[in-house]
This record gives sequence, structure tokens and C-alpha cells, in this order.
Amino acid sequence: MLEFAVELFSDYTARTILLGAASLGVVSGVVGSYAVLRKQSLVGDVMSHAALPGIVLAFMIVGVKEQLPIFIGAALSAVLAVFVINLVTRNSRVKTDSAMGIALSVFFGLGLVLLTYVQRMPDANQAGLDKFLFGQAEALVEKDVLIIGLTGFFALLVVGLFWKEFKLLCFDPDFGGTMGFSMKSLDILVTAVIVSAIVIGLQTVGVVLMSSMLIAPAVAARQWTGTMGSMVILAAIIAAVSGVTGVALSAGFENVPTGPAVIVCVSVIAFFSVLFSPNGFFTLKLKDARSRREIKKDYVLKALHDLALEHDDPGYAHSERLLALGSEKGFSVKKSLWALRTAGYVESVGEDNWRLTQSGIREVKKLSPLEKDL
Amino acid sequence: MSPHQFDIQLVAIIVAASCSIPGAFLVLRRMSMMTDAISHSILLGIILAFFLVKDLSSPILIIGAAASGVLAISLIEAVNRSRLVKKDASIGIVFPFLFSVAVILLSKYARNVHIDTHSVLLGEIAFAPFDRFILSGMDMGPKSAYVMGSILLLNLFFISFFYKELKVSTFDESFASSIGFRPRLIHYLLMAVVSFTCVGAFDAVGSILVIALIVIPPCCAYLLTDSLSRMIFLSVVFGISAAISGFWVANWLDVNIAGSMAFVCGVFFLVVFLLAPERGLFGIMREKRRQRMDFAEASLLVSLYNQEKGEAVKNHPDSRGMFQSTDFASKVVGFLKGKGEIAVTGGGLFLTEKGRERARMTLEGR
Repeated sequence: MLEFAVELFSDYTARTILLGAASLGVVSGVVGSYAVLRKQSLVGDVMSHAALPGIVLAFMIVGVKEQLPIFIGAALSAVLAVFVINLVTRNSRVKTDSAMGIALSVFFGLGLVLLTYVQRMPDANQAGLDKFLFGQAEALVEKDVLIIGLTGFFALLVVGLFWKEFKLLCFDPDFGGTMGFSMKSLDILVTAVIVSAIVIGLQTVGVVLMSSMLIAPAVAARQWTGTMGSMVILAAIIAAVSGVTGVALSAGFENVPTGPAVIVCVSVIAFFSVLFSPNGFFTLKLKDARSRREIKKDYVLKALHDLALEHDDPGYAHSERLLALGSEKGFSVKKSLWALRTAGYVESVGEDNWRLTQSGIREVKKLSPLEKDL
Repeated sequence: MSPHQFDIQLVAIIVAASCSIPGAFLVLRRMSMMTDAISHSILLGIILAFFLVKDLSSPILIIGAAASGVLAISLIEAVNRSRLVKKDASIGIVFPFLFSVAVILLSKYARNVHIDTHSVLLGEIAFAPFDRFILSGMDMGPKSAYVMGSILLLNLFFISFFYKELKVSTFDESFASSIGFRPRLIHYLLMAVVSFTCVGAFDAVGSILVIALIVIPPCCAYLLTDSLSRMIFLSVVFGISAAISGFWVANWLDVNIAGSMAFVCGVFFLVVFLLAPERGLFGIMREKRRQRMDFAEASLLVSLYNQEKGEAVKNHPDSRGMFQSTDFASKVVGFLKGKGEIAVTGGGLFLTEKGRERARMTLEGR
């Protein structure tokens, strides 16, 4: 594996491709954060699918598989899809989700129609056009990476220049509007930035899965941080790492398409973050269980204290069953008693009778200072 | 029409009809994009089931696929319920993952099998007639027509058996649970039905274009009617027409049939969106224009009426000034003159008896 990695990084072509994947990752991580924070993840999905007819049309018009026209074609048809969604939702009772379904499937359908149409043409040039479906990073050459880098640079530049404004747009557009920023133009600008990220991912990841390259890094990064700046940076790192890993995996194993390989990497990071980040699903579950145990322990300690008060005897022992009776149904006190014994707060007497120790009495006093003295 | 073409259309019609039926409910429940998730996720189920039984025509494949569709939905809901990820993003991270795993397995281990990444996206309805159902030596027609036909029957059975439950829980979930229906159960049943439908349609139209057949015909119907049963009926009609015309368009241009059906669905929607009698774009614009004119006319009449009674603002001797442009003002005046509600003499406007009557009615709110 190490040899493979060394070989990969020393090879010029491989370095070019990895550089392309990494820059794609940085851009989609940053830009995707906006899509996710604005709850527009699925719009990204629609846009990346909708890029297909533009790609094929650009090819049909220009006649060669040239990067720039394809980028422009893809961007235009992706933007047109967003326009269609807005047009339909504003002017009819069709809801956003349906409008997105319509735009996605019709554009993609048209793309496939055009693709099959082009593939019938005798010209051999169109070969590889369907690589845009699932992506193929091996096909990247230096010039492609340069265009990816430039487009990405401009996208990041826009994000940097409009940092504050985009933040407003994400979190409080109404307030932003009252501050005198044109939220509509900002909305268009963010869409443009997202479209440019999608466009540069088309060759590496492909139209079908590009949306996930935007969404998953941002979702993952969001789990670890609560500030915009660190989220954007973290998302960029996660996406770049997954991009590079995915491309390497796809190059290292036969018959593994690049797009799916990258998406599996980034999704694994996203799911891991959702489960195990400090506020993650399992972490919260663990915290919950721990605090429930603490509360139970305190309850049992208090109950022993109360019973001892009733009998006016600090050393009076009570059975576990009696302690369980006073609590909710199905509430097991055994584990709490064991834990308390380990802490030295209670001691067992005989078969299954329990009483407070001196330090247990002090602990109750600490927990509730107003409690009567034993 | 050759028998081959007939068979393709037969399969297409059945696919379209069975997609439209659950589609109507998905559109009304604002869950259209769930189709996206389901149709992508079933691929994993199909492939895992295939590795298990090594037979592409086994019914296990359909069950495995449907199960993975429902699993994807539950996963999305679980991610969403954790409140760590928003709804749209939960959809957006779950299905691409399952789909990617499926595509990798497919391209790595199932190279020589009948399914490949291309047919996953494009569908292969053109090959549907080649796989025949032979019963004791007799050719009973294409096999996929039978598979899809059973799914259509399942869908019909589902909506007729649970019609009431589906209707109530779609439009008012809390009411549904208060009268003892179980909206969650209905929800999962619907998802299972959608999964089965996607699996069936998957062979024919691929995993992305199935969205077109599920979402678009009901959307067309939604703009034409307010009644649920009529909506379902119309969706089926739209779906079938799109399937047939999509086939002929593809035949004419010699392109992918599934893509062409999706595109024709889009054309249908465009036409309905523009021309639907009440809810079409043109209809809405006409109605808006009519209301605007109506309001302008009434305002002018009322203003003239108030002037007659001496309550008008003195510096507006001519009520035409209240409109934003003289063009619009003369248009309003022209209309009112045409209706005989005002008279124009010497450049001044005067109410006729008819106009006075309408102004009075407007003021009284009638």
C-alpha cells in the first residue's frame, strides 16, 4: 500500500489528477456548506443532474470535447433548471419538492436523449462523453486541472469577498434585507458559486453523484463545529481528503469508477461524524445514559437516607426490594447500589440489606444541604 | 406497428400506470424527492440479492430491492430525527452513499451480468420484449409485462383497500391518528409500494427517470382538478399518454426511450402549466389582469360618485389622475365607456345611471 502511495505521488500524471481531485474537494467543501446551511441540498442534486443536457449540447455545438464550452453548457443548463423550479413554484400550486423532481428528471431525460443521439453520430470524438455520468478522474490532463483550479479560485474569491453577506443570507436573510443588502442578488451569486463547483466536479465525480460531494462534507463538518469559518475550512479539508482518497482507490483497484469511490469516502466520514462527533448520535446517547445513571444513584442514596430518618437510626438496613418499591416500575436499583458501594457510600448487611456509610451520609448532605441530619 | 413495438409499448403503459398511482400521493404529501432516494437505493438491494441467489429473474431480487428502498427511507428519517442533519441534507447524504456502493459493486463484481451501470441509468425497455414468458411451450408475451402487471395490481389493490386511510392521512395527519388510523403505518406501506413500483420500473426506465413517471403525471393532474380520485385517474391518463408518445418520439429520433418518455412528461407538464384552465400560468395572468381591471374600474366609478356627492378631494378634479399611467387610465375609461357606465363630454367624465348603480353597489360591498 505504501509503495503504491509513493508510486502515485511520484508519477507526474497521477500528481496532476490528485491535484485536480484535491482542488475540487476544497471548492465543493466550501461551497457545499452554503447549500447545506440554506437547506438547499436537494437543489444541488437537481443542478448536477440538470447539467447533463448542457454538456451534450455544448459538445454538439462545438463538436470537440473541449473543457470550456462544456463547463459553460453545464452551468447554463443547471441554472436554467433552478429557474424552472422557481418559475413553477411561484406560479402554480405545485410544491418545491415536486418542482425539483420535475426539473431533475426532465433535464436528465433530455440529457440522455441527446447523449444517445450524439452516440449514433459516426464521429468517434464523442467517446467518453458518458464518462460525465459517473466521472473518470484518470482522464484529467494538466489543462483540465488548470481550468478546475481557476474556476475554483474564482468561486472561493467570491465566497471570500462576500463572506459577511453570505453569512447573513444563510442565517437571517430578513435582517440582511433590512441592512440594505440585496438578498436576491446574493441568492443568485450563491447559486452561481454552487453551479461553478458542480461544473468542476463533473469530470471527476460525474453528474449523478456530484450533489453528494457538496452535501456530505458540509454535513460532516457541521457536526464538529458551530462556527461558520471553521465549518467551511473543515468541510474543505474533509472533501479534499475524500477526493484524493477516492481517486487513489479508483486508480488502485480495477473497475472502480471514480465518482462512487469518492462519494463512499466522503459519506463514510459524514456518517461517522453524525454518529460519533461530540454532539453526535451515539455520544449523546452515552451522555444520556451516564446522566440517567447518576440521577438514579442520587435517588437511591436519598431513599436510603429518608428510610433511615423514618427509623431514626443511621445504621438501619433496608432490602433492595423495598428500595425498588418506592421507585418507578421497572426501575432496577441493583446496579446503582453496586456503584454506590464501590464509591463507599453504602454497605451491604447480610443477604440483601443495605445501609448508608458515614461518607454516604456526608454525600447526601452535600447533594441536598437542607436535608435533616441523621 | 411491429409486434416488437407493441410489446415495448405494452410494458411502457403498464409501467407508467403503476408509477402514476402512488405518485399522486407522493406529490400531495410533498415527498416527491423521496422517489429520488428510493429509486437510487433499490439498486443496492437488487445487487446484494443477486449476489445471494445468482439469478437475475428471481423474485428475491424484487423483494430485496423493495426492502432496501424502505430501509433507505427509514435511514433518512433516523438521520433526520436525530436533529443533527436537516431533512433535505439527510436525503442528500443517504441515497448517494447507497447508490455509490451499489455502482462500485456492480462495476467491480458484476461485469458480465446483464445489469451494468448504463442500464441502471438508461433502463432497457427496448430489450423488454426479448425476455418472453413461456408457459408449456406457448409464448405468453414479454415477461416484464407480467412482473409489472402484478405490481400494477398491487398498487391498485393498495389504493382501493386503503383509499380512505391514505386520503385522510395525506391531508390531515393528526385527524387521521385521532380517528384511529395509523398514519405512520400508512406512510411505510406507501413507501413499500413506491419501492416495489420503482423496482419494477427500474428495469424499464432506469433509476433516475422513474422519478419523471412518478412525479410528473400527478403534477399535471394536480393543476387540473381538486378531487383526489379524479387526480389519480388523470395521472394515469397522463402517464400512459407520455409513455406512448415518448416511445414514438424515441422511435422517430432513434434515441433512448426512457429519456424520451421523461422529456415528453416534461412537455406535458409545460403545456398544463401554461394552459390549465384555472391554475395555468396564462389563466392566472388573465385572472390577475381581470381583477386589476375590475378594481380600476370600480375605483374610478367610486371616485366619480364621490365627486358628484361633493366628497371628493378638491385637487383631483379629474379622477384619471389616480392611475399610474395615462395609458392605463384611458384604457379603463375606454372599457367603462364601452359598458355604458360613464360618459365623456368635453374631456370631463360623468357617471351614467348604470355606472352610479355599480359605484353604489361597490361601496356597499356587494
